[in-house]
Amino acid sequence: MSHQELQDKLTEFDLGLEFSEEPSQYLTLNVSKENLHFLMKKLKSDIDLSFDYAFCITGMDWGETLGVIYHLESTVHRHNLVVKVQTEDRENPTLDSVHDIWATAEFHELEVYDFFGIKFNNHPKLRRLFLTPEWSGYPLRKDYVDTANMIIK
Amino acid sequence: MTNTLKDRFKTEEYFVNMGPQHPAAHGVLRLILTIDGEIIKNVEPDLGYIHRSIEKMCERDSYQQIVHLTDRMDYLSSNINNEAVCLAVENGLELEVSDRVKVIRTIIDELTRLASHCLWWGVMGMDLGALTTYFYAFRDREMINDIFEETCGARLTMNYNVPGGLMFDIHPNFVKRTKDFIAHFKTKIPEYDRLLTGNIIFENRTKGVGILTREDAIAYGVSGPVARGSGFSSDVRKHQPYSAYDRVDFKEILFTEGDTYARYKVRIAEMWESMSIIEQLIDNIPEGDIQAPTKAVIKLPKGEFYQRVETARGELGVYINSTGTKNPYRVKFRSPGFSNLSVLNHISKGGKIADLVAIMASFDFVIPDIDR
Repeated sequence: MSHQELQDKLTEFDLGLEFSEEPSQYLTLNVSKENLHFLMKKLKSDIDLSFDYAFCITGMDWGETLGVIYHLESTVHRHNLVVKVQTEDRENPTLDSVHDIWATAEFHELEVYDFFGIKFNNHPKLRRLFLTPEWSGYPLRKDYVDTANMIIK
Repeated sequence: MTNTLKDRFKTEEYFVNMGPQHPAAHGVLRLILTIDGEIIKNVEPDLGYIHRSIEKMCERDSYQQIVHLTDRMDYLSSNINNEAVCLAVENGLELEVSDRVKVIRTIIDELTRLASHCLWWGVMGMDLGALTTYFYAFRDREMINDIFEETCGARLTMNYNVPGGLMFDIHPNFVKRTKDFIAHFKTKIPEYDRLLTGNIIFENRTKGVGILTREDAIAYGVSGPVARGSGFSSDVRKHQPYSAYDRVDFKEILFTEGDTYARYKVRIAEMWESMSIIEQLIDNIPEGDIQAPTKAVIKLPKGEFYQRVETARGELGVYINSTGTKNPYRVKFRSPGFSNLSVLNHISKGGKIADLVAIMASFDFVIPDIDR
């Protein structure tokens, strides 16, 4: 499906999706964290969309908000979609896990938790993946300070 | 009261650390194995032993500097990693590189893939107890490394690409030496086959071991030869061609068995395809500039740029989020090894520890690529 067809199809879901105006090779949309899991389930199960291959899951710190970017591809139709979700709570950010939809998310969400501190509901075992269990703070956040290991220019 | 053999000799589950220093991991990967006797119940990877936070370092570096860091991820696909970042930056700057650059990049990519697969073949045999393969493979791989050394001065971490083109032109000997290597290597792969492929011990160790279905491969985001051994068509070179891949004719190798042996066969067949790609390009490298003019300080426009390339291990994705300054706001490397590792637990459950070694050898992990 072309970007426009995808956009029309997704608008029918009536989930208040915001499509990004910024030029990009992929169609990009923002979804509220309440609707995230429902939308993702639909993206995978809908026969016209069938986004079955989540090839990249990126943690993100936008300054005010924290969030996750999902890069999706359909191996049937070979079209792509980028889904962004944000949470304003920096103290205790929580999002729904999508590991039941794409098994690879279980591992990628561990990485996001390790570096951004975003907790995922229903994740089977949330743990520090790269860093040691006693590590304090989340290094890829923009406000992370480590005077010993970081060179600030 | 039952008094069967099983009741009298009860077994218990226990933990074993495989790594971080284990020869079969070829790097510092720690796997926490839950085993019952010799049967694997669970594999939990623990990463970070070579984590350098390359993504965070990218946020303070300029775009030209980022290219250097990517050598150190998958050091066996260093040129392909470099190219991924350069393509993403060129895409952001809307910079068109010359045909000469595209063709040279593609040839060196394929030489890199050959060198990587060659090393993989050697260590796969070694992991399974056939030490001879290691010497055969390193003998032939040396010729590729010599070509690289003559071209750019480095044998492994090449750093030959810059945003806008190449750092310098190819060496006058490049074409001849590459052709010589192809002619040499064509006689060597049949030798590899005679030595290992049909070996009965090797076949018994790999056939039917670690079966990954196509559905699982997609769900777990597996890519590269591992995915293609399960019949999942995931070759970025075919689906989203970059550089000169749209002008060469090559097959995407697909096997449907999904076992360790299929993954082995995919890589052997891919070596033939790589040689065919190089042969199609090597005789007509177009004339042209080797660098498109760029500013000394590269500033990408505000926005997001994503580039997918096919490394020797699978799909590498480079995500750059720019706010219009000279440093990226966020860089993410979607490394093939990381996603492929996520399926390891799923397919090695129920097997023996020796099978896990065979499976890991067929996955061709490069640990710095997983840890970044």
